[in-house]
Amino acid sequence: MPAIPRSAKFRPGLQFLRQFSRSPLALIGLVLITLIVLLAFFALVLSPQNPYDLMQLDIMDGRMPPGSEASAGFTFLFGSDNQGRDMLSAILHGLRISLIVGLGSAAIAFVIGTAFGLTAAYVGGKVETAMMRIVDLQLSFPTILSALLILALLGKSVGNVVFAIVLVEWATYARTARGAALTELRREYVEAARSLRLPHRNILFRQLLPNCLSPLVVLLTMQVARAITLEATLSFLGLGVPVTEPSLGLLISSGYEFMLSGTYWIALFPGIALLVTIFAINLVGDRLRQLLDPKAAPK
Amino acid sequence: MTLWIIQRLLQAILVALAMAVIVFVGLHLIGSPIETLLPAEATHEDRLRLIADLGLDRPLYEQFFLFLKGVLQGNLGISYVYKEPAVELILSRLPATLELALAAVLLSLVFGVPLGLMAGWKPESAFSRVIMIGSIFGFSLPIFWIAILLIMIFSVQLGWLPSSGRGATQTLFGIPWSFVTLDGLRHMVLPAIGLSLFNISMVTRLTEAGVREAMSSEYVRFAKAKGLSPRRILSVHVLKNVMIPVVTVVGLDIGQTIAFSVVTETIFAWPGVGKIIIDSIGALDRPVIVAYLMLVVIMFVIINLVVDVIYRLLDPRIRLQGE
Repeated sequence: MPAIPRSAKFRPGLQFLRQFSRSPLALIGLVLITLIVLLAFFALVLSPQNPYDLMQLDIMDGRMPPGSEASAGFTFLFGSDNQGRDMLSAILHGLRISLIVGLGSAAIAFVIGTAFGLTAAYVGGKVETAMMRIVDLQLSFPTILSALLILALLGKSVGNVVFAIVLVEWATYARTARGAALTELRREYVEAARSLRLPHRNILFRQLLPNCLSPLVVLLTMQVARAITLEATLSFLGLGVPVTEPSLGLLISSGYEFMLSGTYWIALFPGIALLVTIFAINLVGDRLRQLLDPKAAPK
Repeated sequence: MTLWIIQRLLQAILVALAMAVIVFVGLHLIGSPIETLLPAEATHEDRLRLIADLGLDRPLYEQFFLFLKGVLQGNLGISYVYKEPAVELILSRLPATLELALAAVLLSLVFGVPLGLMAGWKPESAFSRVIMIGSIFGFSLPIFWIAILLIMIFSVQLGWLPSSGRGATQTLFGIPWSFVTLDGLRHMVLPAIGLSLFNISMVTRLTEAGVREAMSSEYVRFAKAKGLSPRRILSVHVLKNVMIPVVTVVGLDIGQTIAFSVVTETIFAWPGVGKIIIDSIGALDRPVIVAYLMLVVIMFVIINLVVDVIYRLLDPRIRLQGE
């Protein structure tokens, strides 16, 4: 039997972390992600004010530059917007929504796409061809357009944004999962499992899935970054999350009109927060790719 | 081969039809356009007349065939907002988008390929690492964010370049273009850069991966042993082999770039189809949305078809595999 090329297996653990940390930049990325997640998680405690409680806002505090003092006593570290909202608090809250949407939609798309791709590869034949045609159809249509249309049809809400992102991202997982599964299906352990008459579900998810995980984990990391970017873009265009739940993209959008008149901080700081988040995730993703998927072309 | 092309063509038509069904169904999900069209003081008779005029009282399959007929005849109704035929409206805005997207693709090749060649030639050098980290940074930048920054820096702070509109245009073959006038080019610089940063990063990474793979190949080692200069090895021998995947990806990516110009056009007030579709979605201008979608679908099917055919013509291995 010819040797089948083996990809590195994804085994999270101390040794993997040590290997991962050999790239200082990736380590910085990982630390940054941890920090960002913590900041978002404790946003309610860390924010000097609740940015969406109108009682706490003072219109007299509007458009204060970074470092000036609020009438409530704390300092506007990142300045305030036109309604006297502390930008630091708004960014922490926005980060929360951006992360929830990004992680949530990427995770759902991962589950749906992986199950779809594995099943297609496992079933094979005409069914597989038909299933992959659907994937091709989805992939051939530009992501931003599909998302824009879904939101135009369904209206603005956090749930709809997640739905739109899942719909444009699942196909990528399906394609990757199928590709990985096709090589794995030729191995002896699958044959062994089949001759033992293990239930299909068992072979698919207990035997096949763990061995296909490497390229999927790399993809997942990159797709989280893409989901966050897409959400921010949609919100910037005014078709993403509603004003009551502003993400970073929406903050940038509402700060944009003041930017041209010199009040740069309303849009600049949310923008930096967004950029640092995406960059940190991509740094980690790139390192994971080097370790787990050394042959795959970067994309 | 002929048989395969016919097969592929039929497939493409099938895909286009499937997309037409999806667009049509989606259209019906939006709801009836009657409320947006009728003036407030309209009577019940006005309402019925409008429904009959738009063909909304007929059975669904009949409406679908009318819609298909409209697609084939290039007649998809009149824009509610602009009061012009939707297809003509979209087509008149298309050149602006095409020249912006092509400029971005061109930039991505002009910058991406040399950067990738340099990074792949000596992957361990500090310079290569900076390029590769830069490329990660490049595809981390959301297109709308880089557009805002470009305007802030080059238009507002430095005042070097204009930030909105197309500038002066010159008519060529009956179509106005910006790239033929100096003023138009100045207007195009910022949007094109904003749109291309993602593509530049992608091309850089693709080229780098290709070069790294090529470096360990026989032909490069032979060329080195022969004493050829690095410049000659890279620009003559490696480049040829690396360009095949790069051109394929960039070719397929033209569609994505056109789609993402929605964002760039909105920020730079570039009068292309992207700007118009965002406005139309906001105003629920159905005919324009449908015309745009069908245009994108047809364009995509054609691009995929052409890339497929060219690929098969160029690479005999794929041809043999398929037959």
